[in-house]
Amino acid sequence: MSERVGTAEVMDIIPETAEVTGDPSAAPRSAEPELATADLLVEEVSIDGMCGVY
Amino acid sequence: MTLPLVEQFGYGLDAPICLTWELTYACNLSCVHCLSSSGRRDPRELSTAECRAVIDELERMQVFYVNIGGGEPTVRSDFWELVDYATAHHVGVKFSTNGVKITQEVARRLAASDYVDVQISLDGATADVNDAVRGAGSYATALRAMRHLAEAGFRGFKISVVMTRQNVGQLDDFKAIADRFGAQLRLTRLRPSGRGADVWDELHPTAAQQRQLYDWLVSRGEQVLTGDSFFHLAAYGDALPGLNLCGAGRVVCLIDPVGDVYACPFAIHDSFLAGNVRGPGGFASVWRDSELFAGLRRPQAGGACQSCSAYDSCRGGCMAAKFFTGLPLDGPDPECVKGHGERALAAAPGALAPRPSGDHSHRSRPLGPAGPAAAAGPVPVSIGARPPADGGPVAARRPSDPRAAQRPDRGCDESPLAGFRPLT
Amino acid sequence: MSTEAPASGVRAGFEPFNLDRPWQLHPQVSVRPERFGALLYHFGTRRLSFLKSPALLTVVRSLGEAPSARQACQTAGVTEAELPAYAAALQTLASSQMITPQVSS
Repeated sequence: MSERVGTAEVMDIIPETAEVTGDPSAAPRSAEPELATADLLVEEVSIDGMCGVY
Repeated sequence: MTLPLVEQFGYGLDAPICLTWELTYACNLSCVHCLSSSGRRDPRELSTAECRAVIDELERMQVFYVNIGGGEPTVRSDFWELVDYATAHHVGVKFSTNGVKITQEVARRLAASDYVDVQISLDGATADVNDAVRGAGSYATALRAMRHLAEAGFRGFKISVVMTRQNVGQLDDFKAIADRFGAQLRLTRLRPSGRGADVWDELHPTAAQQRQLYDWLVSRGEQVLTGDSFFHLAAYGDALPGLNLCGAGRVVCLIDPVGDVYACPFAIHDSFLAGNVRGPGGFASVWRDSELFAGLRRPQAGGACQSCSAYDSCRGGCMAAKFFTGLPLDGPDPECVKGHGERALAAAPGALAPRPSGDHSHRSRPLGPAGPAAAAGPVPVSIGARPPADGGPVAARRPSDPRAAQRPDRGCDESPLAGFRPLT
Repeated sequence: MSTEAPASGVRAGFEPFNLDRPWQLHPQVSVRPERFGALLYHFGTRRLSFLKSPALLTVVRSLGEAPSARQACQTAGVTEAELPAYAAALQTLASSQMITPQVSS
């Protein structure tokens, strides 16, 4: 990889973009059954639940 | 029917939800795995006024929360002023510290303030395990800080542990420490970032330990935090609490002590540098307009992982972990639970992993293949000369190579200090 | 993706959301409109809610001024068919204290 990382070369390391395919309603992974309609409109997470923060 | 969040974020948020802000590279410790290779202050640190300007921007953008770290952020003389300024301007603060400045008085002050959370770093439930990573006396410092916070009535402060081969066996003990002080335990993933690059091979958990950790976390549910750092383990089965996706450049980012904006704190490297807050448009324009972040926000193809049944769960794992082990970003995580990462690493012997872009380590503990614990040899000196025009390959370099301590110019670099490297 | 609403009101043992009471946004909640709807952050609980519908955002923002949640929904253009989904969403927000009942005067 070239050390000189200009804009174009930065993009080299990002994988090719793709059309989004697949079922947008991902298989539920939570252990408890959720009411599907509530899942669609509101999702909750702790502020600690984002990756990339100390 | 609404799209899952991971697709929604593809359109880009106008502001991060939260972010990490490393206030200084100065640190009283020299932890062997430091993701920011901290130790010595960088003379180009943002001034107090510049920091206030960043906070003003975060307020305007409605960034809810900032995790202030470093280095050791409390060694900055304006640390408390900046924390107060942030909370007065509707930006919640959690700061990460090794505890060195958490006196009884400071603890009382913290317990009395709203919207400031504290996170104490600890990497061993016993002094021997902890101090092997963080240095002699660091365990005592951390426990003292915890005691002060507990005595001051600060409930629910965080104890944050980086999981290693050496401490996975202490999970219950860590929980006991947290319970003892009325704190909340947080376990995070070791990445091969910063000085972590030099110790990752020997310190990252084994596959069996990783499974043990996952099972333990699942059994603790929301009691134990993870910073969503184990989303690659969702491939085992149930996802752990959290967004379960890479937030870098999408919902979070890093502002470093000299104002550089990176996709995340585990990716301090030119390849993940989006811009600098000192540029004309400040932080907001870096977040909204940088090419790097635009690329990260577009839906990613699975690449080599596309055909794997677990891809929907793990989404290929951690970008930084792949990058700093020399693996392609569109392939498996080095710790892929199905073993694809191990196989990929074994199949590419001699691949040169990128080195971290900067090294602010204390001079006695430089970055390098010999490891930060090996203090032998001459002190590396930054000559200050600009790198050769042809750049040269990004490859594993010894610290004595002047290019190791410097960054090349980039055509799109907004920083007025591009290419300038004072002797440090 | 893991959703965390351990006390979603539509589970057994919990009352369904009362649409006919007045509700309000919790004063410690910050609302940030987004293209997909909105982000709500509760500074007290440190929890984040993603509202994945602009109409739900309109409902939530107008709760304080409406005589009832049902009225707020209707004013926001929520149809009768959609109402149960919105009621469930509002229950989720109530369970995490993002919205609270107005104290009746």
